[in-house]
Amino acid sequence: MATVLETHGLTKSFGGVLAVDDVSVAIAPGEIVGIVGANGAGKTTFVNLVTGYLKPDRGRIIYLGRDITAHPPREVTGLGVARSFQIPQIYASLTVLENVLIALAAREGQSLRAWAPLSTRVREAEGLILLEPFGLTEHAARPVSELPQGGLKLLDIALASALMPRLLLLDEPTSGVSSAEKFGVMDTLVSILQARGVTVIFVEHDMDVVTNYAGRVLAFSEGKILADGAPGVVLADPAVRKAVLGWA
Amino acid sequence: MRGGKALPLVAAAVFGAAPLVLPGWVTFLLTLAVAKSVMVLAIALLLRGGLVSFGHGMFFAAGAYTVGMAMKWGGMREAVVLTFLGVLAAAAAAALLGLLIARYRGIFFAMLNMAISMVVYAVLLKLYWVTGGTDGIGIRTPTILGVMPERESLRLVMYYFTLVMTLPAFYAVHRFWTSPLGFALRAVRDNEVRVEYMGTSVARVIYAAYVLSGALGGLAGILTGFSVGHIVPDLAYWTTSGEFVFVAVLGGPASIPGPLVGSIAFEFLKSYAYKYAAFTWQMTLGVTMLAIILFMPGGLWTIYEGLARQGRQWRLSWKRTG
Repeated sequence: MATVLETHGLTKSFGGVLAVDDVSVAIAPGEIVGIVGANGAGKTTFVNLVTGYLKPDRGRIIYLGRDITAHPPREVTGLGVARSFQIPQIYASLTVLENVLIALAAREGQSLRAWAPLSTRVREAEGLILLEPFGLTEHAARPVSELPQGGLKLLDIALASALMPRLLLLDEPTSGVSSAEKFGVMDTLVSILQARGVTVIFVEHDMDVVTNYAGRVLAFSEGKILADGAPGVVLADPAVRKAVLGWA
Repeated sequence: MRGGKALPLVAAAVFGAAPLVLPGWVTFLLTLAVAKSVMVLAIALLLRGGLVSFGHGMFFAAGAYTVGMAMKWGGMREAVVLTFLGVLAAAAAAALLGLLIARYRGIFFAMLNMAISMVVYAVLLKLYWVTGGTDGIGIRTPTILGVMPERESLRLVMYYFTLVMTLPAFYAVHRFWTSPLGFALRAVRDNEVRVEYMGTSVARVIYAAYVLSGALGGLAGILTGFSVGHIVPDLAYWTTSGEFVFVAVLGGPASIPGPLVGSIAFEFLKSYAYKYAAFTWQMTLGVTMLAIILFMPGGLWTIYEGLARQGRQWRLSWKRTG
């Protein structure tokens, strides 16, 4: 089976710091991959490189057999790669539903249409369905500015998933989300994404979330992949525990 | 949504009937206000995308001078054709300049527009054998659909011509604001990163808005030129552009009627301030602006919105008790 994503010798440094250091990894379709690592291990930089936010110093990124190295975010997104952010990137002056409608119009390639309305019955219905697993349906008409921090985080993920990507990268999806909601949201989200056959890469600090939802874990340390494998194996590795958690 | 649908009809009725009951000079001021409101609409449109232009006077001038020159050098007289031509020229100018300007934001966007408009101003001033320099160009009375208006009814005819030409502009902007592109423009103001991560080009969104606003600015210049009957390089001067930004803030850029309300308020405020405070009229405008910013940051239109909200609540409580 061909891979969805491959990186070959991916390297990126900031000044004298090697943030991502010669990372080569291959990810198969439908995999749910958790990335763990201490702060500064290169997790977010890896996501930024793959989605075109940063240009690598060296190395290549292959998505579905196509070289997307240094392609800008807009092109990468157009090919079916979506992401959420550590700090939610949403449209703060609009309502929750409007945010999602914009994403839907973008996915349909209708963003630049100036005459037809954004809000159609079909799009609204689809938008409300999309908000459902995030528990945001009842807040659909509210301005985003009224949402709590956890809600913003979930909306950010909802926007990424509204694009119906083939590869979805989530940067700390559950940080800021209350622990009461965390697992409920992840349960529904993961089952929806799995049903759609979406390949998921998520950066996560919460080891319980990683253990529960990742089929495979990449442990980053100082820009390199320290361990790669099943969560049970990787998270039990004393070297990983020392690097990621700070104790063995 | 009933109020939302009734409002344009009520407005159309009021504006349609206004000159029949108002004195002639008021009709003239109203004509100017309606014509310029299209420019204010253009400014408000960009404001929605978080962009302020201090140079839109150049599109005002582009429209007006296209008409002036087509009359002077081309011998054209038909208002509808001239309007079409002028809007096309302004849109083309915006399409060309937009290639450069749409890449900039914030102060750079504002200043770049201003700088180019000052170049346009200088060109209009210096090419006097074509543009008439400071004397400008006289705009003769046009024919409207082949009919030359009577001298006695000219004022009235120009008012209705302006009104009819303005309606499609306001309707188009209404459609734009509720369209994916209109929302994309607001999205750009809120978060450019997310827009690009939705696969939408920020540059294209801004470019499209810029061309539309340039075309609207051109229309405003044309209509103003027709009703004043004379155009000068000052149309492209930066204080003219600044005035439009002033009026956009005055009326409230977040709504469709805001620019119209602001434009009317401004024309009357200006002429009264000029009449009763000939030496301090600019101060009067300044104080008004301060008051608006301090007490009504959403602009004059928020008065109506506040009343409408109160009215709805009042109706609701009426229903409950009744």
